[in-house]
Amino acid sequence: MKKVTQFLVFSSLFISMLLAHVSVSAQNIKPDEDNAGLTLPKGFAALKVADNLGRTRHIVVNKQGAIYAKLERLDNGKGVLVLKDTDGDGRAETKTSFGNYTGTGIAIKGNYLYAASNKEVFKYALNDNGDIVDENAAATIVTGLVDKGQHNSKSITLDNAGNIYVNVGAPSNSCQEKDRTKGSMGMMPCPILDSAGGIWQFKVDQLNQSYASGVRYATGLRNVVGLDWNNQLNQLFVTQHGRDMLNNLFPDLYDTTISAELPSETMYAIKKGDNAGWPFIYYDHVKGKKMMAPEYGGDGVKTVDDKYINPAMAFPAHMAPNGLLFYTGNQFPARYKNGAFIAFHGSWNRSPLPQEGYYVVFVPYENGKPTGKWEVFANGFSGKSVVKNPRDAQHRPCGLAEGPDGSLYISDDVKGTIYRIMYQK
Amino acid sequence: MQRIYLTFVVLFLFIAGASAQTNNKLVAASIARGKTVYLQRCMVCHQADGGGVPKLNAPLDASTAVNGSDVSKLIKYIVKGFADRVEIDGELYSNAMPAAADLTDQQIADVLTFIRSNWSNKAGPVSTLQVKQTRSKLK
Ligand code: HEC
Repeated sequence: MKKVTQFLVFSSLFISMLLAHVSVSAQNIKPDEDNAGLTLPKGFAALKVADNLGRTRHIVVNKQGAIYAKLERLDNGKGVLVLKDTDGDGRAETKTSFGNYTGTGIAIKGNYLYAASNKEVFKYALNDNGDIVDENAAATIVTGLVDKGQHNSKSITLDNAGNIYVNVGAPSNSCQEKDRTKGSMGMMPCPILDSAGGIWQFKVDQLNQSYASGVRYATGLRNVVGLDWNNQLNQLFVTQHGRDMLNNLFPDLYDTTISAELPSETMYAIKKGDNAGWPFIYYDHVKGKKMMAPEYGGDGVKTVDDKYINPAMAFPAHMAPNGLLFYTGNQFPARYKNGAFIAFHGSWNRSPLPQEGYYVVFVPYENGKPTGKWEVFANGFSGKSVVKNPRDAQHRPCGLAEGPDGSLYISDDVKGTIYRIMYQK
Repeated sequence: MQRIYLTFVVLFLFIAGASAQTNNKLVAASIARGKTVYLQRCMVCHQADGGGVPKLNAPLDASTAVNGSDVSKLIKYIVKGFADRVEIDGELYSNAMPAAADLTDQQIADVLTFIRSNWSNKAGPVSTLQVKQTRSKLK
């Protein structure tokens, strides 16, 4: 009898040790020796959760710590990956997949996972373990969105009132009669804005919604890839890819240096009905002004004062803000809480100057507003000190997610690496 | 007799050599002009190394089509633009290439000659006449 009790005590001790090990905190997870090749602020460490996954775009982590990643190109016919760390070492041991569509956007709200193709948004029920109940039972909640190749990725985020926000990028650079063609002027009005170049709002509990049943929540946004609902402010924030090719299209007005540095990449705090001004304006962070676009009579000097909203924050040109995340965790030092992380995919539109971006930035917030400063948080993804040509970049940051323990996850869509950043003092 | 023959051979070799040389010079001049066009009109998308931008703008370096013999196809891309989104060497590209119809026949011949002979590409030149002929059929 005593032996049996002893056995029971020991075995339950052993089991609880095992369990404790699985839910081990970031303090005890061993980072990669080279911090996964990244340069981070003091006290932070990194590891590669998984590698060679394919074109992993946006990612989300469930309460149990499993990662869902949306693929831009199918892997064995599937477009969503599920990665699990089964032994608590911080690295993923298992990979499964489902969904036969490509895309970018992915999000979890309550007990549902939402994933976007380039035209639709699907909804899946999750069980208490955070697993998909039935991967073949996807509900199509949004359908028929514009997909013409250019700027076709759909990013999604959800509020706390049963709405989902979807970006529909404009299949155009600046709404010229002939896209990206020298000498072609801007269309007035810009017909693209009816069905693209903005953020649309839909209900999470209705099927097959499209333009007629959705709300054009904000317009004049050329191509938003990063968007996140800020729960502290209860407001939508988005990051826009600014227009390209000022010099190529208007060489008499913009030289190659100005064209490499302008226009700004922008982050906006969005209210319903806002208009950010594309294609009629672009933002110049050096002047701190909204500038009239050359396709619509601008000359690099003419400004537009009212009518359109101002960005909450502006960044140098062409760096491609693909991921936005407001940090709500407690693992990182206090100054990070409620600030914004932005994954800059990296530029291509700056040659002959070297390219920029290819890093993750932190934007500190104070009293619900960005302080106006930004800092490079994680660098080294490209594997190059200077990226001259985009194809030389080994990794490009794209998606961001926060884990249940406050770790920051970053996806790369070149090789399909998922990084986990932890604070370890 | 033998002497006369030899003179002919020498003369022939001389002329052939000289015309090859002029031809080389002409091609070199075309490449140089083509580079200027490339820098102003193509490099923004296809990049300095001809490598394009993954998933966005097709690479010209080591491209099957750029190195291929169907020159009229390349001429058409420049005159009409290209946004078919068909697989190019196994990859899709999402950007839209604008038409550059304002370029002259010679500028198009020059820029194609440049991209076909630069980086790792080793295909032959494109002549102004080829551009003229293809272009007249495109209208
Ligand atoms: C706005 C960006 C852009 C500009 C400017 C541009 N291209 Fe392109 N180019 C593309 C894209 C995108 C494709 C692929 C289109 C597709 O797949 O539908 C392409 C394809 C091509 C191809 C076919 C490559 C292949 O392997 O089939 C050639 C040749 C080419 N471009 C040459 C040029 C030249 C020469 C210029 C300058 C006169 C130029 N391009 C300017 C974006 C651009």
